[in-house]
Amino acid sequence: MLEATNLHAFYGKSHVLHGVDLRVDEGEIVSLLGRNGVGRSTTVKAIMGVVPPQGTITFNGQQIAGRTPHEIAHLGLGYVPENRDIFPTLTVRQNLILGMKSTRQTGRWSMEDMFDLFPNLRERADVPGGVLSGGEQQMLTMCRTLMGDPDLIMVDEPTEGLAPKVVEQVAHLLEEIARRKVSVLLVEQKLTIALSISARVYVMGHGKIVFEGTPEDLNTNEDVRKEWLEV
Amino acid sequence: MAEFIIFSLLNGVGYGMLLFMLSAGLTLIFSMMGVLNFAHASFFMIGAYAGYMTSTYVGFLPGLLVGPLVVGVLGAVVERYGLRRVHKLGHVAELLFTFGLAFLILQGVQMIWGVIPVPYQVPDYLNIPAFTLFETDYPAYRLFMLLTSIAIFLLLFGVLTRTRVGLIIQAALTHPEVVGALGHNVPRIFMLTFGVGCALAGLAGVMAGPVLGTEPSMAGSLGSIVFVVVVVGGMGSLGGALIASLLIGIVQTFAVGFDYSLADLFSAFGLKSSTETLMGEVWGLTISSFAPMIPYLLMVLLLIFRPRGLMGTRES
Ligand SMILES: Nc1ncnc2c1ncn2[C@@H]1O[C@H](COP(=O)(O)OP(=O)(O)OP(=O)(O)O)[C@@H](O)[C@H]1O
Ligand SMILES: [Mg+2]
Repeated sequence: MLEATNLHAFYGKSHVLHGVDLRVDEGEIVSLLGRNGVGRSTTVKAIMGVVPPQGTITFNGQQIAGRTPHEIAHLGLGYVPENRDIFPTLTVRQNLILGMKSTRQTGRWSMEDMFDLFPNLRERADVPGGVLSGGEQQMLTMCRTLMGDPDLIMVDEPTEGLAPKVVEQVAHLLEEIARRKVSVLLVEQKLTIALSISARVYVMGHGKIVFEGTPEDLNTNEDVRKEWLEV
Repeated sequence: MAEFIIFSLLNGVGYGMLLFMLSAGLTLIFSMMGVLNFAHASFFMIGAYAGYMTSTYVGFLPGLLVGPLVVGVLGAVVERYGLRRVHKLGHVAELLFTFGLAFLILQGVQMIWGVIPVPYQVPDYLNIPAFTLFETDYPAYRLFMLLTSIAIFLLLFGVLTRTRVGLIIQAALTHPEVVGALGHNVPRIFMLTFGVGCALAGLAGVMAGPVLGTEPSMAGSLGSIVFVVVVVGGMGSLGGALIASLLIGIVQTFAVGFDYSLADLFSAFGLKSSTETLMGEVWGLTISSFAPMIPYLLMVLLLIFRPRGLMGTRES
């Protein structure tokens, strides 16, 4: 349902993506792994139109390269940026409301669903997002994007800096998302949750895909892990 | 003395709310662009002339609608076809663009209406006393201005904090990329914000024109004070703009009415001084003649001691 071919991206003159090819199918969880600075975030941003892409990107059969982020979002692509970019002065509820693309939206997710999944958010619904803990903020950014009812959601490093228990919650939510027939493109640095929940994984190195396969393939391929993942 | 205090307070709050109507738009636009819009007071001036034209053909009250509408649409067009393109070239280009625009509007206004003030006047039905206190009349028009600007202030805060579009605007000012990726049309939101900010300036112009005088120099004289308000309030902070507007409005109004010189002050304490003593000219100056300086003095001091302004969050 999402396919990028020969994707290139630049920041000014610096060439960051050198022809990335990747694919995510319906209802699938796919992980994009790699070390710091290899261009994982840039890949997701280029797909979303936040960074201007070169190459072809099709989503649900439509060419999306060159469209603006809000148009791409309306086609059903969701994006959860890294760094938990919540709106700190707005309340949790207001953050969630801004995830909806219109006032009369009925999709797979309601605000009640979010509160059922994360009772913490219900308790703190009228508290400014900025005072939440890191884990709560991560849940909030993901829930905010889900409120827009995407068919595919791209999540950039959701587990970074979180306690093991919270990381488990993130994995739980991602599985729940896939159960509701929403595809997931998960960007991670560590293998922790990626291997256990993904159907397929990509490994990136220096702006290119250097490995593609199932989690088992990666588990058995020590060379790739040594060269491109472990420090 | 009670009379002086009450009337100065009323006038100061009135003037302050007028300043707020200008600084609110300027501050919103600043958060959006990252630079101060030098043409903001020019939109205020266009509002005054639009109010004048409407009042000569249909009447004063319709001007309260026509003025903001004309200026708001003009502002939206300027954003869409001017600033949005210039924005890509960086802050300096944006600043120069708004500078150029201010001159363009000034020249245009002078070409059409000339350099002398046009006879834009308070309508007769508002040219009456609203009430009399200590045998002094408080003009109905001033009361009308005060109430209208308070209503606009409440409306603006209500829309920004209670409505969905207001929340989107708030979020887009600080996190435009995230808001765009959530499916909101950020360029359109910015155009709307710019238009509304200009419309507020236009409305201020329609109301202030008959009181301050509708002439080409009005943009420059009020414009610099509005800048001061935005800097003192903390660039980009609406709450700060409100406090700074009221502060400067009240302080300046009090100073203007304060007809005592330093020499009077000293002699009140039994100290003798006369124009023959050292620097007699300085001691003889009245406080009121310092009034125009006060806002700038405040800004300079604030920039030295609290560079982010009263309520600002940015350091630079
Ligand atoms: N806005 C930017 N301007 C210039 N260069 C950038 C910008 N953002 C990222 N880069 C550079 O592009 C390269 C890829 O960055 P990217 O953010 O995609 O990496 P990443 O794989 O997500 O790693 P991490 O998130 O751990 O930093 C890096 O070398 C980075 O320094
Ligand atoms: Mg990254």
